[in-house]
Amino acid sequence: MMHYLSYDFVQNALIAGSIAAALGAVVGYFVIIRNVGFAAHALAHIGFTGATGAILFGLTPLQGMLVMSSLAGATMGISGNRFHRSELAIGMVLSISLGLGTLFLSLYQGFAGEATAILFGNIFGVSHTQVMETVLLSTLSLLLLALFSRRLLFVSIQPDLAESRGLSLTFLSTAFMIILAISVALVSQVVGTLLVFTLLIGPAGIATRLSHTFWRTILLSLFIGIVSVWSGILLACFTNQPPSFWITSILFCLYILTELKVKLFESV
Amino acid sequence: MALLSFQNVGIRFGSREIIHHFSAEIEEGEFIGIFGPNGVGKSTLMRAILGLCPIQKGSIDLFGENPGKMNRFIGYLPQSQSLLGTTTLSARALVAAVHHGEQWGVPWLSSKDSYQVERALELSEARDYADIPFSLLSGGEKKRVMLAQALIDEPKLLILDEPLASLDPKNQMLLVQRIRDIQEETGLTILFIAHDVNPLLGAMTRVMYMAEGNVALGSTQEIITNESLSALYGMNIHVLRAEGRVFIVNAESNIDETTCSHV
Repeated sequence: MMHYLSYDFVQNALIAGSIAAALGAVVGYFVIIRNVGFAAHALAHIGFTGATGAILFGLTPLQGMLVMSSLAGATMGISGNRFHRSELAIGMVLSISLGLGTLFLSLYQGFAGEATAILFGNIFGVSHTQVMETVLLSTLSLLLLALFSRRLLFVSIQPDLAESRGLSLTFLSTAFMIILAISVALVSQVVGTLLVFTLLIGPAGIATRLSHTFWRTILLSLFIGIVSVWSGILLACFTNQPPSFWITSILFCLYILTELKVKLFESV
Repeated sequence: MALLSFQNVGIRFGSREIIHHFSAEIEEGEFIGIFGPNGVGKSTLMRAILGLCPIQKGSIDLFGENPGKMNRFIGYLPQSQSLLGTTTLSARALVAAVHHGEQWGVPWLSSKDSYQVERALELSEARDYADIPFSLLSGGEKKRVMLAQALIDEPKLLILDEPLASLDPKNQMLLVQRIRDIQEETGLTILFIAHDVNPLLGAMTRVMYMAEGNVALGSTQEIITNESLSALYGMNIHVLRAEGRVFIVNAESNIDETTCSHV
Protein backbone atom coordinates (compact mmCIF):
# COMPACT_ATOMS: atom_id res chain seq x y z
CA MET A 1 0.00 0.00 0.00
CA MET A 2 2.83 2.37 0.91
CA HIS A 3 4.13 2.62 -2.62
CA TYR A 4 0.76 3.97 -3.80
CA LEU A 5 1.12 6.79 -1.28
CA SER A 6 4.38 7.85 -2.88
CA TYR A 7 2.65 8.78 -6.15
CA ASP A 8 1.88 12.48 -6.57
CA PHE A 9 -1.57 11.86 -8.06
CA VAL A 10 -2.54 9.67 -5.08
CA GLN A 11 -1.28 12.25 -2.61
CA ASN A 12 -3.18 14.99 -4.42
CA ALA A 13 -6.29 12.81 -4.44
CA LEU A 14 -6.02 12.12 -0.70
CA ILE A 15 -5.51 15.80 0.19
CA ALA A 16 -8.25 17.13 -2.10
CA GLY A 17 -10.55 14.26 -1.12
CA SER A 18 -10.02 14.80 2.62
CA ILE A 19 -10.66 18.52 2.37
CA ALA A 20 -13.76 18.06 0.21
CA ALA A 21 -15.02 15.32 2.54
CA ALA A 22 -14.53 17.56 5.58
CA LEU A 23 -16.35 20.43 3.89
CA GLY A 24 -19.15 18.13 2.72
CA ALA A 25 -19.49 16.60 6.18
CA VAL A 26 -19.93 19.95 7.93
CA VAL A 27 -22.00 21.74 5.28
CA GLY A 28 -24.03 18.55 4.79
CA TYR A 29 -25.10 18.65 8.42
CA PHE A 30 -26.77 22.01 7.82
CA VAL A 31 -28.25 20.76 4.54
CA ILE A 32 -29.98 18.03 6.50
CA ILE A 33 -31.26 20.13 9.39
CA ARG A 34 -32.40 22.85 6.97
CA ASN A 35 -34.04 20.25 4.74
CA VAL A 36 -32.53 21.63 1.50
CA GLY A 37 -31.22 18.37 0.02
CA PHE A 38 -32.95 18.86 -3.31
CA ALA A 39 -31.54 22.38 -3.61
CA ALA A 40 -28.05 20.95 -3.00
CA HIS A 41 -28.63 18.35 -5.70
CA ALA A 42 -29.84 21.04 -8.10
CA LEU A 43 -26.81 23.23 -7.39
CA ALA A 44 -24.54 20.39 -8.47
CA HIS A 45 -26.29 20.09 -11.83
CA ILE A 46 -26.36 23.86 -12.25
CA GLY A 47 -22.63 23.75 -11.53
CA PHE A 48 -22.23 21.21 -14.34
CA THR A 49 -23.72 23.73 -16.75
CA GLY A 50 -21.24 26.29 -15.43
CA ALA A 51 -18.39 23.86 -16.02
CA THR A 52 -19.45 23.10 -19.60
CA GLY A 53 -20.02 26.79 -20.35
CA ALA A 54 -16.73 27.87 -18.76
CA ILE A 55 -14.65 26.89 -21.77
CA LEU A 56 -16.68 29.25 -23.96
CA PHE A 57 -15.79 32.14 -21.64
CA GLY A 58 -12.14 31.22 -21.16
CA LEU A 59 -12.58 29.92 -17.60
CA THR A 60 -11.57 26.60 -16.03
CA PRO A 61 -14.41 24.09 -15.33
CA LEU A 62 -14.03 24.66 -11.55
CA GLN A 63 -14.27 28.43 -11.99
CA GLY A 64 -17.36 27.97 -14.20
CA MET A 65 -18.95 25.70 -11.60
CA LEU A 66 -18.18 28.11 -8.78
CA VAL A 67 -19.63 31.11 -10.64
CA MET A 68 -22.80 29.38 -11.85
CA SER A 69 -23.66 27.48 -8.68
CA SER A 70 -22.85 30.49 -6.44
CA LEU A 71 -25.17 32.70 -8.50
CA ALA A 72 -27.89 30.06 -8.29
CA GLY A 73 -27.28 29.56 -4.55
CA ALA A 74 -27.47 33.30 -3.87
CA THR A 75 -30.70 33.54 -5.87
CA MET A 76 -32.19 30.65 -3.93
CA GLY A 77 -31.16 32.24 -0.62
CA ILE A 78 -32.49 35.69 -1.47
CA SER A 79 -35.81 34.34 -2.75
CA GLY A 80 -36.27 32.53 0.56
CA ASN A 81 -38.07 29.35 1.55
CA ARG A 82 -40.63 29.71 -1.21
CA PHE A 83 -37.94 28.91 -3.75
CA HIS A 84 -35.26 26.69 -2.28
CA ARG A 85 -37.75 24.37 -0.64
CA SER A 86 -40.07 24.37 -3.67
CA GLU A 87 -39.57 21.16 -5.63
CA LEU A 88 -41.39 22.56 -8.67
CA ALA A 89 -39.30 25.75 -8.89
CA ILE A 90 -36.02 23.89 -8.35
CA GLY A 91 -37.04 21.17 -10.79
CA MET A 92 -37.72 23.73 -13.51
CA VAL A 93 -34.42 25.58 -12.94
CA LEU A 94 -32.64 22.23 -12.91
CA SER A 95 -34.19 21.33 -16.26
CA ILE A 96 -33.19 24.55 -18.01
CA SER A 97 -29.69 24.32 -16.52
CA LEU A 98 -29.16 20.84 -17.88
CA GLY A 99 -30.63 21.99 -21.20
CA LEU A 100 -28.07 24.78 -21.31
CA GLY A 101 -25.38 22.27 -20.36
CA THR A 102 -26.17 20.14 -23.42
CA LEU A 103 -26.16 23.28 -25.58
CA PHE A 104 -22.70 24.23 -24.33
CA LEU A 105 -21.48 20.67 -24.94
CA SER A 106 -22.77 20.72 -28.50
CA LEU A 107 -21.08 24.09 -29.11
CA TYR A 108 -17.71 22.69 -28.03
CA GLN A 109 -17.49 19.00 -28.88
CA GLY A 110 -13.94 18.60 -27.61
CA PHE A 111 -15.17 19.06 -24.07
CA ALA A 112 -17.07 15.71 -23.96
CA GLY A 113 -14.29 13.79 -22.19
CA GLU A 114 -13.87 16.45 -19.52
CA ALA A 115 -17.66 16.62 -19.11
CA THR A 116 -17.70 12.92 -18.20
CA ALA A 117 -15.02 13.60 -15.59
CA ILE A 118 -17.12 16.42 -14.14
CA LEU A 119 -20.23 14.22 -14.04
CA PHE A 120 -18.61 11.19 -12.43
CA GLY A 121 -15.56 12.73 -10.77
CA ASN A 122 -11.88 12.22 -11.46
CA ILE A 123 -10.06 12.54 -8.17
CA PHE A 124 -6.86 11.05 -9.62
CA GLY A 125 -6.83 13.80 -12.22
CA VAL A 126 -6.73 16.60 -9.63
CA SER A 127 -3.66 18.77 -10.18
CA HIS A 128 -1.53 20.44 -7.53
CA THR A 129 -3.10 23.80 -8.46
CA GLN A 130 -6.58 22.34 -8.00
CA VAL A 131 -5.53 20.94 -4.62
CA MET A 132 -4.41 24.40 -3.56
CA GLU A 133 -7.69 25.89 -4.84
CA THR A 134 -9.65 23.27 -2.93
CA VAL A 135 -7.70 23.83 0.29
CA LEU A 136 -8.06 27.61 0.05
CA LEU A 137 -11.77 27.68 -0.81
CA SER A 138 -12.68 24.94 1.65
CA THR A 139 -10.82 26.65 4.49
CA LEU A 140 -12.49 29.95 3.62
CA SER A 141 -15.93 28.31 3.48
CA LEU A 142 -15.42 26.48 6.79
CA LEU A 143 -14.20 29.66 8.49
CA LEU A 144 -17.21 31.59 7.22
CA LEU A 145 -19.52 28.81 8.33
CA ALA A 146 -17.86 28.75 11.76
CA LEU A 147 -18.37 32.51 12.03
CA PHE A 148 -22.14 32.26 11.79
CA SER A 149 -22.81 28.58 12.60
CA ARG A 150 -24.45 29.48 15.92
CA ARG A 151 -26.87 31.81 14.15
CA LEU A 152 -27.43 29.34 11.31
CA LEU A 153 -28.27 26.55 13.74
CA PHE A 154 -30.70 28.86 15.54
CA VAL A 155 -32.55 29.98 12.38
CA SER A 156 -32.55 26.42 11.07
CA ILE A 157 -34.40 24.96 14.05
CA GLN A 158 -36.50 27.92 15.24
CA PRO A 159 -36.76 30.57 12.50
CA ASP A 160 -39.63 32.48 14.15
CA LEU A 161 -37.82 32.68 17.46
CA ALA A 162 -34.56 33.63 15.72
CA GLU A 163 -36.31 36.40 13.78
CA SER A 164 -37.71 37.75 17.04
CA ARG A 165 -34.11 38.06 18.30
CA GLY A 166 -33.23 40.24 15.33
CA LEU A 167 -31.61 37.68 13.02
CA SER A 168 -32.15 38.14 9.27
CA LEU A 169 -33.45 34.88 7.82
CA THR A 170 -32.74 36.06 4.26
CA PHE A 171 -29.12 37.05 4.99
CA LEU A 172 -28.31 33.80 6.75
CA SER A 173 -30.10 31.73 4.14
CA THR A 174 -28.24 33.49 1.31
CA ALA A 175 -24.86 33.18 3.02
CA PHE A 176 -25.46 29.48 3.63
CA MET A 177 -26.61 28.81 0.06
CA ILE A 178 -23.44 30.45 -1.31
CA ILE A 179 -21.27 28.30 0.97
CA LEU A 180 -23.31 25.29 -0.11
CA ALA A 181 -22.73 26.19 -3.78
CA ILE A 182 -18.96 26.45 -3.22
CA SER A 183 -18.99 23.14 -1.35
CA VAL A 184 -20.95 21.48 -4.13
CA ALA A 185 -18.38 22.65 -6.71
CA LEU A 186 -15.45 21.40 -4.62
CA VAL A 187 -17.07 18.08 -3.70
CA SER A 188 -17.93 17.58 -7.38
CA GLN A 189 -14.22 17.44 -8.15
CA VAL A 190 -13.95 14.31 -6.01
CA VAL A 191 -17.09 12.35 -6.82
CA GLY A 192 -18.61 14.25 -9.76
CA THR A 193 -21.76 16.33 -9.97
CA LEU A 194 -23.98 13.27 -10.26
CA LEU A 195 -22.66 11.92 -6.97
CA VAL A 196 -22.43 15.07 -4.89
CA PHE A 197 -24.99 13.62 -2.52
CA THR A 198 -22.42 10.99 -1.62
CA LEU A 199 -20.25 13.36 0.39
CA LEU A 200 -22.75 16.10 1.10
CA ILE A 201 -25.58 13.99 2.44
CA GLY A 202 -24.07 10.56 3.15
CA PRO A 203 -21.72 11.21 6.10
CA ALA A 204 -23.94 13.86 7.73
CA GLY A 205 -27.08 11.80 7.16
CA ILE A 206 -25.56 8.71 8.76
CA ALA A 207 -24.18 10.79 11.64
CA THR A 208 -27.58 12.37 12.40
CA ARG A 209 -29.07 8.87 12.67
CA LEU A 210 -26.45 7.86 15.23
CA SER A 211 -25.92 11.02 17.26
CA HIS A 212 -28.33 13.63 18.61
CA THR A 213 -26.11 16.51 19.70
CA PHE A 214 -24.52 19.16 17.47
CA TRP A 215 -20.83 18.59 18.14
CA ARG A 216 -20.94 14.79 18.29
CA THR A 217 -22.84 14.71 14.99
CA ILE A 218 -20.38 17.07 13.29
CA LEU A 219 -17.36 15.06 14.51
CA LEU A 220 -18.93 11.75 13.51
CA SER A 221 -19.85 13.16 10.11
CA LEU A 222 -16.25 14.34 9.60
CA PHE A 223 -14.90 10.95 10.60
CA ILE A 224 -17.26 9.04 8.28
CA GLY A 225 -16.59 11.40 5.36
CA ILE A 226 -12.80 11.33 5.58
CA VAL A 227 -12.54 7.59 6.26
CA SER A 228 -14.87 6.85 3.31
CA VAL A 229 -12.82 8.99 0.92
CA TRP A 230 -9.48 7.52 2.03
CA SER A 231 -10.84 3.97 1.85
CA GLY A 232 -12.40 4.64 -1.55
CA ILE A 233 -9.18 6.10 -3.00
CA LEU A 234 -7.00 3.26 -1.67
CA LEU A 235 -9.44 0.59 -2.82
CA ALA A 236 -9.44 2.22 -6.26
CA CYS A 237 -5.64 1.94 -6.30
CA PHE A 238 -5.81 -1.79 -5.49
CA THR A 239 -8.71 -2.72 -7.76
CA ASN A 240 -8.41 -0.22 -10.62
CA GLN A 241 -12.10 0.60 -10.22
CA PRO A 242 -13.23 4.26 -10.02
CA PRO A 243 -12.87 5.85 -6.56
CA SER A 244 -16.38 7.33 -6.89
CA PHE A 245 -17.74 3.79 -7.05
CA TRP A 246 -15.90 2.76 -3.89
CA ILE A 247 -16.78 5.92 -1.95
CA THR A 248 -20.49 5.61 -2.78
CA SER A 249 -20.42 1.86 -2.02
CA ILE A 250 -18.76 2.34 1.37
CA LEU A 251 -21.23 5.04 2.36
CA PHE A 252 -24.17 2.99 1.14
CA CYS A 253 -23.05 0.01 3.23
CA LEU A 254 -22.59 2.28 6.25
CA TYR A 255 -26.07 3.66 5.69
CA ILE A 256 -27.62 0.18 5.57
CA LEU A 257 -25.76 -0.86 8.74
CA THR A 258 -26.86 2.35 10.46
CA GLU A 259 -30.50 1.80 9.55
CA LEU A 260 -30.31 -1.79 10.80
CA LYS A 261 -28.76 -0.62 14.06
CA VAL A 262 -31.39 2.09 14.54
CA LYS A 263 -34.25 -0.31 13.74
CA LEU A 264 -32.80 -2.92 16.09
CA PHE A 265 -32.46 -0.31 18.85
CA GLU A 266 -36.01 0.95 18.31
CA SER A 267 -37.47 -2.56 18.43
CA VAL A 268 -35.74 -3.42 21.73
CA MET B 1 -45.10 52.09 34.45
CA ALA B 2 -46.91 49.37 32.50
CA LEU B 3 -44.77 46.57 31.06
CA LEU B 4 -46.64 46.72 27.77
CA SER B 5 -48.89 49.48 26.49
CA PHE B 6 -50.88 49.97 23.30
CA GLN B 7 -51.84 53.55 22.27
CA ASN B 8 -54.49 53.74 19.51
CA VAL B 9 -52.84 50.85 17.68
CA GLY B 10 -54.09 50.03 14.18
CA ILE B 11 -52.68 47.09 12.21
CA ARG B 12 -53.21 46.04 8.59
CA PHE B 13 -52.15 42.75 7.04
CA GLY B 14 -52.01 43.30 3.28
CA SER B 15 -55.31 44.92 2.35
CA ARG B 16 -57.09 43.59 5.45
CA GLU B 17 -57.49 45.66 8.57
CA ILE B 18 -56.62 43.39 11.50
CA ILE B 19 -57.12 45.92 14.31
CA HIS B 20 -59.03 49.23 13.90
CA HIS B 21 -57.74 50.90 17.06
CA PHE B 22 -56.72 49.47 20.37
CA SER B 23 -55.48 51.04 23.59
CA ALA B 24 -54.62 49.13 26.74
CA GLU B 25 -51.95 48.56 29.34
CA ILE B 26 -50.59 45.27 30.65
CA GLU B 27 -48.87 45.22 34.01
CA GLU B 28 -45.94 43.10 35.16
CA GLY B 29 -46.93 39.65 36.41
CA GLU B 30 -50.22 39.45 34.51
CA PHE B 31 -51.44 36.30 32.74
CA ILE B 32 -53.41 37.40 29.69
CA GLY B 33 -55.39 34.81 27.71
CA ILE B 34 -55.86 35.89 24.09
CA PHE B 35 -58.79 34.49 22.13
CA GLY B 36 -60.68 35.01 18.91
CA PRO B 37 -61.66 33.22 15.72
CA ASN B 38 -59.04 31.81 13.33
CA GLY B 39 -57.38 34.46 11.17
CA VAL B 40 -58.49 37.37 13.37
CA GLY B 41 -54.90 38.54 13.87
CA LYS B 42 -53.86 37.19 17.27
CA SER B 43 -50.46 36.02 16.00
CA THR B 44 -50.07 39.24 13.97
CA LEU B 45 -50.58 41.30 17.13
CA MET B 46 -47.91 39.21 18.89
CA ARG B 47 -45.54 39.74 15.94
CA ALA B 48 -46.24 43.49 16.20
CA ILE B 49 -45.21 43.35 19.87
CA LEU B 50 -41.99 41.63 18.77
CA GLY B 51 -41.41 44.31 16.13
CA LEU B 52 -41.74 41.80 13.29
CA CYS B 53 -44.94 43.30 11.87
CA PRO B 54 -45.32 47.07 11.29
CA ILE B 55 -48.22 48.94 12.84
CA GLN B 56 -50.06 51.48 10.71
CA LYS B 57 -51.05 53.87 13.47
CA GLY B 58 -50.53 54.44 17.16
CA SER B 59 -47.67 53.00 19.16
CA ILE B 60 -46.67 49.98 21.22
CA ASP B 61 -44.35 50.45 24.19
CA LEU B 62 -42.58 47.47 25.69
CA PHE B 63 -40.43 48.11 28.77
CA GLY B 64 -40.71 51.79 27.74
CA GLU B 65 -39.14 51.15 24.31
CA ASN B 66 -40.39 50.61 20.76
CA PRO B 67 -41.09 47.00 19.68
CA GLY B 68 -38.04 45.01 18.64
CA LYS B 69 -35.57 46.83 20.91
CA MET B 70 -36.13 44.78 24.05
CA ASN B 71 -36.74 41.35 22.51
CA ARG B 72 -33.95 39.81 24.56
CA PHE B 73 -36.38 40.06 27.47
CA ILE B 74 -39.11 38.21 25.57
CA GLY B 75 -39.52 34.44 25.46
CA TYR B 76 -41.51 33.37 22.40
CA LEU B 77 -43.09 30.03 21.66
CA PRO B 78 -44.20 30.30 18.01
CA GLN B 79 -47.26 28.55 16.62
CA SER B 80 -45.28 26.78 13.91
CA GLN B 81 -42.96 23.90 14.77
CA SER B 82 -41.21 24.65 11.48
CA LEU B 83 -38.26 22.29 10.92
CA LEU B 84 -38.35 21.01 14.48
CA GLY B 85 -40.76 18.24 13.55
CA THR B 86 -38.21 16.22 11.60
CA THR B 87 -35.05 17.00 13.53
CA THR B 88 -33.02 14.20 15.05
CA LEU B 89 -31.41 16.55 17.59
CA SER B 90 -32.19 15.75 21.19
CA ALA B 91 -34.43 18.01 23.25
CA ARG B 92 -31.41 19.19 25.27
CA ALA B 93 -29.47 20.05 22.08
CA LEU B 94 -32.46 21.98 20.73
CA VAL B 95 -32.74 24.06 23.89
CA ALA B 96 -28.97 24.65 23.90
CA ALA B 97 -29.09 25.72 20.24
CA VAL B 98 -31.36 28.68 20.93
CA HIS B 99 -29.41 29.84 24.00
CA HIS B 100 -27.65 33.04 22.88
CA GLY B 101 -28.38 31.78 19.36
CA GLU B 102 -28.14 35.33 18.02
CA GLN B 103 -24.41 35.51 18.81
CA TRP B 104 -21.63 35.02 16.24
CA GLY B 105 -19.28 32.06 16.30
CA VAL B 106 -19.74 28.36 16.89
CA PRO B 107 -22.49 26.99 19.16
CA TRP B 108 -20.22 26.29 22.11
CA LEU B 109 -21.70 26.31 25.62
CA SER B 110 -19.87 27.37 28.78
CA SER B 111 -20.63 25.59 32.05
CA LYS B 112 -22.87 28.54 32.98
CA ASP B 113 -24.73 28.14 29.68
CA SER B 114 -25.15 24.41 30.32
CA TYR B 115 -26.55 25.20 33.76
CA GLN B 116 -29.11 27.52 32.19
CA VAL B 117 -30.11 24.83 29.69
CA GLU B 118 -30.71 22.41 32.57
CA ARG B 119 -32.63 25.08 34.47
CA ALA B 120 -34.94 25.73 31.48
CA LEU B 121 -35.51 21.99 31.00
CA GLU B 122 -36.25 21.66 34.70
CA LEU B 123 -38.68 24.59 34.68
CA SER B 124 -40.63 23.08 31.80
CA GLU B 125 -40.33 19.59 33.33
CA ALA B 126 -38.66 18.22 30.20
CA ARG B 127 -35.47 16.81 31.74
CA ASP B 128 -36.69 13.20 31.80
CA TYR B 129 -36.67 12.99 28.01
CA ALA B 130 -34.01 15.61 27.25
CA ASP B 131 -31.70 13.12 25.50
CA ILE B 132 -34.34 11.65 23.21
CA PRO B 133 -34.52 12.93 19.61
CA PHE B 134 -37.23 15.58 19.32
CA SER B 135 -38.95 13.76 16.44
CA LEU B 136 -39.62 10.76 18.72
CA LEU B 137 -41.35 12.78 21.46
CA SER B 138 -45.11 12.97 22.00
CA GLY B 139 -47.04 16.17 21.25
CA GLY B 140 -47.11 17.17 24.92
CA GLU B 141 -43.40 16.51 25.37
CA LYS B 142 -42.57 18.55 22.27
CA LYS B 143 -44.48 21.51 23.67
CA ARG B 144 -42.49 21.26 26.93
CA VAL B 145 -39.24 21.36 24.96
CA MET B 146 -40.44 24.40 22.99
CA LEU B 147 -41.43 26.00 26.29
CA ALA B 148 -37.90 25.39 27.58
CA GLN B 149 -36.56 27.10 24.43
CA ALA B 150 -38.75 30.12 25.19
CA LEU B 151 -37.57 30.20 28.82
CA ILE B 152 -33.85 29.66 28.27
CA ASP B 153 -32.75 33.31 28.25
CA GLU B 154 -34.73 34.13 31.42
CA PRO B 155 -37.35 36.38 29.80
CA LYS B 156 -39.54 38.94 31.56
CA LEU B 157 -42.38 38.50 29.09
CA LEU B 158 -43.47 35.14 27.69
CA ILE B 159 -45.50 35.04 24.46
CA LEU B 160 -47.09 31.66 23.84
CA ASP B 161 -48.80 31.24 20.46
CA GLU B 162 -51.30 28.38 20.66
CA PRO B 163 -49.19 25.98 22.74
CA LEU B 164 -52.31 23.93 23.48
CA ALA B 165 -53.03 23.18 19.80
CA SER B 166 -53.24 19.43 19.07
CA LEU B 167 -52.94 18.48 22.75
CA ASP B 168 -55.52 16.30 24.49
CA PRO B 169 -57.48 17.85 27.41
CA LYS B 170 -55.28 16.22 30.06
CA ASN B 171 -52.05 17.47 28.50
CA GLN B 172 -53.63 20.91 27.98
CA MET B 173 -54.44 21.07 31.69
CA LEU B 174 -50.96 19.87 32.72
CA LEU B 175 -49.20 22.37 30.45
CA VAL B 176 -51.30 25.31 31.67
CA GLN B 177 -50.65 24.29 35.26
CA ARG B 178 -46.90 24.11 34.60
CA ILE B 179 -46.89 27.55 32.98
CA ARG B 180 -48.89 28.91 35.92
CA ASP B 181 -46.32 27.40 38.34
CA ILE B 182 -43.44 28.88 36.34
CA GLN B 183 -45.11 32.28 36.50
CA GLU B 184 -45.49 32.02 40.28
CA GLU B 185 -41.85 30.99 40.60
CA THR B 186 -40.36 33.63 38.28
CA GLY B 187 -42.88 36.50 38.22
CA LEU B 188 -43.15 36.37 34.41
CA THR B 189 -45.77 38.29 32.46
CA ILE B 190 -47.57 35.95 30.09
CA LEU B 191 -49.49 36.49 26.84
CA PHE B 192 -51.13 33.16 26.03
CA ILE B 193 -52.97 32.65 22.72
CA ALA B 194 -55.44 29.78 22.83
CA HIS B 195 -58.40 28.51 20.87
CA ASP B 196 -60.37 27.35 23.90
CA VAL B 197 -60.90 29.60 26.90
CA ASN B 198 -61.71 26.75 29.31
CA PRO B 199 -58.20 25.36 30.03
CA LEU B 200 -57.09 28.90 31.02
CA LEU B 201 -60.05 29.86 33.21
CA GLY B 202 -58.23 29.35 36.51
CA ALA B 203 -54.93 30.84 35.36
CA MET B 204 -55.78 34.13 33.65
CA THR B 205 -55.75 37.50 35.35
CA ARG B 206 -57.43 39.07 32.30
CA VAL B 207 -58.84 38.10 28.91
CA MET B 208 -58.04 39.73 25.56
CA TYR B 209 -60.70 38.95 22.98
CA MET B 210 -60.29 39.82 19.30
CA ALA B 211 -63.02 39.78 16.64
CA GLU B 212 -63.85 41.77 13.49
CA GLY B 213 -60.97 44.20 13.99
CA ASN B 214 -62.04 44.97 17.56
CA VAL B 215 -60.10 44.10 20.69
CA ALA B 216 -61.46 43.97 24.24
CA LEU B 217 -59.35 43.51 27.36
CA GLY B 218 -60.78 42.89 30.80
CA SER B 219 -61.64 40.28 33.38
CA THR B 220 -63.35 37.06 32.32
CA GLN B 221 -66.59 38.31 33.87
CA GLU B 222 -66.39 41.55 31.87
CA ILE B 223 -65.39 40.13 28.48
CA ILE B 224 -66.96 36.68 28.22
CA THR B 225 -70.52 37.99 28.31
CA ASN B 226 -73.37 38.18 25.79
CA GLU B 227 -73.13 41.97 25.58
CA SER B 228 -69.38 42.27 25.27
CA LEU B 229 -68.91 39.51 22.68
CA SER B 230 -71.99 40.62 20.69
CA ALA B 231 -70.48 44.12 20.50
CA LEU B 232 -67.11 42.69 19.40
CA TYR B 233 -68.53 40.44 16.70
CA GLY B 234 -71.26 42.88 15.64
CA MET B 235 -73.81 40.08 15.91
CA ASN B 236 -75.87 38.34 18.56
CA ILE B 237 -73.62 36.05 20.64
CA HIS B 238 -74.72 33.90 23.55
CA VAL B 239 -72.37 32.81 26.32
CA LEU B 240 -73.47 29.60 27.98
CA ARG B 241 -71.98 28.34 31.24
CA ALA B 242 -72.33 24.73 32.35
CA GLU B 243 -70.38 22.62 34.84
CA GLY B 244 -67.70 25.26 35.23
CA ARG B 245 -67.12 25.50 31.47
CA VAL B 246 -67.92 28.27 29.02
CA PHE B 247 -69.45 27.86 25.56
CA ILE B 248 -69.92 30.67 23.08
CA VAL B 249 -72.71 30.28 20.57
CA ASN B 250 -73.75 32.33 17.57
CA ALA B 251 -77.37 33.07 18.47
CA GLU B 252 -78.30 34.09 14.93
CA SER B 253 -77.78 30.67 13.42
CA ASN B 254 -76.88 27.17 14.44
CA ILE B 255 -73.57 26.66 16.17
CA ASP B 256 -71.07 28.45 13.99
CA GLU B 257 -67.56 27.08 13.81
CA THR B 258 -65.85 30.42 13.48
CA THR B 259 -67.51 31.95 16.46
CA CYS B 260 -67.93 29.16 18.92
CA SER B 261 -65.66 26.22 18.41
CA HIS B 262 -62.91 27.85 20.41
CA VAL B 263 -64.94 28.11 23.59
